[in-house]
This record gives sequence, structure tokens and C-alpha cells, in this order.
Amino acid sequence: MSTQAQTTPRRTPFCFFATRTGIIFAGALIGLIACLLALSGNPVNMGICVACFIRDIAGALGLHRAGVVQYLRPEIPAFVLGSFLAALTFKEFKSRGGSSPVIRFVLGAFAMIGALVFLGCPWRAILRLAGGDLNAISGLAGLAAGIGIGVLFLKNGYSLGRSHAFKKPAGLAAPVIMAGLLAAAIAKPAFLFASTQGPGSMRASLLISICAGLVIGWVAQRSRFCTMGAFRDLFLMRDWHLMSGVAAFFAVVLVFNIARGAFTGAFAAQSIAHSQHLWNVLGMVLAGLAFALGGGCPGRQVFLSGEGDSDAFIFFAGMLTGAALAHNFLLASAPDTLKDGALIVGGPGTNGMIAVGVGLIVCLIIGFSMRKRWK
Amino acid sequence: MKHIDARGLSCPEPVIQARRAASDLSAGDQLEILVDAGAARDNVLRTVSSLGCAAEAAEYEGGFRIVVTKKQR
Repeated sequence: MSTQAQTTPRRTPFCFFATRTGIIFAGALIGLIACLLALSGNPVNMGICVACFIRDIAGALGLHRAGVVQYLRPEIPAFVLGSFLAALTFKEFKSRGGSSPVIRFVLGAFAMIGALVFLGCPWRAILRLAGGDLNAISGLAGLAAGIGIGVLFLKNGYSLGRSHAFKKPAGLAAPVIMAGLLAAAIAKPAFLFASTQGPGSMRASLLISICAGLVIGWVAQRSRFCTMGAFRDLFLMRDWHLMSGVAAFFAVVLVFNIARGAFTGAFAAQSIAHSQHLWNVLGMVLAGLAFALGGGCPGRQVFLSGEGDSDAFIFFAGMLTGAALAHNFLLASAPDTLKDGALIVGGPGTNGMIAVGVGLIVCLIIGFSMRKRWK
Repeated sequence: MKHIDARGLSCPEPVIQARRAASDLSAGDQLEILVDAGAARDNVLRTVSSLGCAAEAAEYEGGFRIVVTKKQR
């Protein structure tokens, strides 16, 4: 039945960020900000890593006790709040949820475990490659393979079901919680854990981190920037829209690193990375598949949380839990290190390898069991 | 006019449904798609445009109504 008669005859306004130029601008801007964050103190090739930053937050809250990765990274709550402000401004804030939340939680947890076996989310994989860490090639290959498997499920009717409108406080929960985290990041109460060495001790200043997070949150909400979606749309529909934004993100960081003489172009002993290629691939196959089944990369899940999407916030909660599990049960990989000039190759331990296998099986079961026939 | 209610579905499901339906349209045929998120609206508009269709979105019941018309060759 047509709904013509009931339609409000108001066309949706032009949105620059919905255009090809807009997504390229968004990707380039996010890349530039990632460079500035690394220059301002965040770890090398980790100006922004959504998975790593969530892992650091888990550490700051005492959910794990890995002393080198504990810091309440202000970028993540600022991402949510930037997205929230953009969604409010453009009337896109909608309190919603109820689309298979427990499955989203599980996917979030395994996505994080996969990312921490590789040592980075899709954002960081791109930053690592742009910095000359060639191990990122195997990680990105794994990511593409995982998303490719997810696309096969999508083509065959995979769905987590419809979300439903919720009362406003449900959608406001994520921005309010993140505002609380941001206040804690600023106030630095004594009960928070904070690394004094390792990646968790490498930080851009609070003001720079917060401003960067707010800008990225705003721009990503408007542009729908999503690294997983870039691969998915390319595989599913030959649609280059999001990929052109990701390419701009990569290109800006690559040029920045080459200009600074910071492009390494090597496999061994890269910053917070390991050169066990099989586990780089498999870790990111798991992460890519979980992100594809969950409907977005970690960044996109964070930005959707700011729009009032409780399902995305549940995925975020899964990632936070996955980070805690990864470090409490030794699932995360160790990076390569140099000792007396000799390379000690890192990578996952037995627990991490088993967790990746279990995660892949669980994701495949979810993919096969959550299918429906298109009408 | 064929009708798809993709409200509540997360991307890329609205796009997959729209793409399948738009691919079956003949010149002059119309398709109505309801979505409830700006991202879904943008993605559907971009997808059907790439399939040789004209499309217009308007606000509708807190979401969006997209009318797709297959162009003459």
C-alpha cells in the first residue's frame, strides 16, 4: 500500500558529507587528526586505534590488570559525544535498540579478541601500513577475508532483526555514561589505573585528545565513515563510496609519514606489532567477520552509540569485556621486541590461538543460524 | 508501486533489499522504500542511483520515505 498521502512533503536537505567529496574530506581529516595525535604523544602508528583505546579504558577501570595498557583515553568518550552533538543538531538522534543485543555483545567481545591478537583494529591496521609496518598487509588481508565471509552471510539473508524505538533515556544512556568517563578522564580520580610505562603511558594532551575526539565524532556521524563498511560495500555492491574515504585516510597518513621520514617499510620489530603472519591474518579474519555480522567497525559502533543506538552500545560493551578477557586470560598477542640486537618474535600464546578458533566457530554459528529468507 | 518497509533494519539490509527490488524494475516503474535512519536513506539513494533510477527522499513518520523511479533508457 502506498503511503504517498501521508508523506510530509519535505525533502531531506543536501548533506555535503553524503557526497563522494564529503567522504573523502572526512577520511582525510580523520587521517590528519590521527597524525597530529601521534605527534602529540599517542603511540606510534596508534594516533587513533578504537580497539586499543577501548582496551586501555578497560585497564583504567580495573577490568584487567595489564599495567602497560591502562589509561582512560578521552578520545573514545569524545567520539561518542561528538557524534551525539551532530545527531542532535541534524535531528538524527533516535533512541532505539532490541535487535539481538546478546548476540551483538558476543560479536563485540570476539571482535576485540581478534583485534588484540593482531594488535589493532581496522583503523590501526591502516595507520600501521601507512607508517610502513608491512605486517599490517596480512592483517588487512585477514580483515578483508573476514568481511568477505560476512558478506556471504548477508547475501544469504543474515539479519539480526529489526530494532525498535525506545524511550529517550535508553538512547541517552551511552552519551551520559561517556560524559561521566570524560569527566573522570579530566578529574583523574585516584581509583583509576594509569600506566607509567608502555603504550598506556604514551598520551596526547587532554585538550588535544578531547578536541580531536569531538571533531572526529561529529564528522564520522555525518559521513557514516566505517572501515568495515568500506570493504563490505565494495564486495557486496561494488560501491566505492566508503572505500574512497578510507583511501583518503590512508593516503594522508602515508604522505605525512613519508614527509617526516617516519615510514619504516619493514616487517620486523615494528611499533606494538608482531610478525607472526598467520595470526595476524586469523586474528583479523575473526575481527572482520564479527564486525561484518555486528554491522560496523569499532569506530562506527561508537559513533552509532552517540546517535542513540543501544544495540551499538551493547557491541561496545562486548568490546570492553573482550578487552578485559583478552588481558586477564592472556589471549592478546605480545609485540615483537629487540633484546641485545636480537629479534624476539611476539604473537599470541596458546590461549590466544584457541580463543581465535573458538571465536571463528561462534561467529560462523551466528552467521548460519541468523538467516532469514527475503520476502 | 512495490513497497519495502526496511524500518528498524540496520545497514546494509535496507540497501540489499532496495537493490534487489530496484534491479527488477522496468522503465517507469516505481518503488517505495521506508527507512528510519539517515545512514540507510543515504545508502539507499546512492545505490538505486547507481542502478539507473531516480530517487527522492522525504521525511515520513520520524523516518524517511524514498520513492524510486526507473529511468527510461
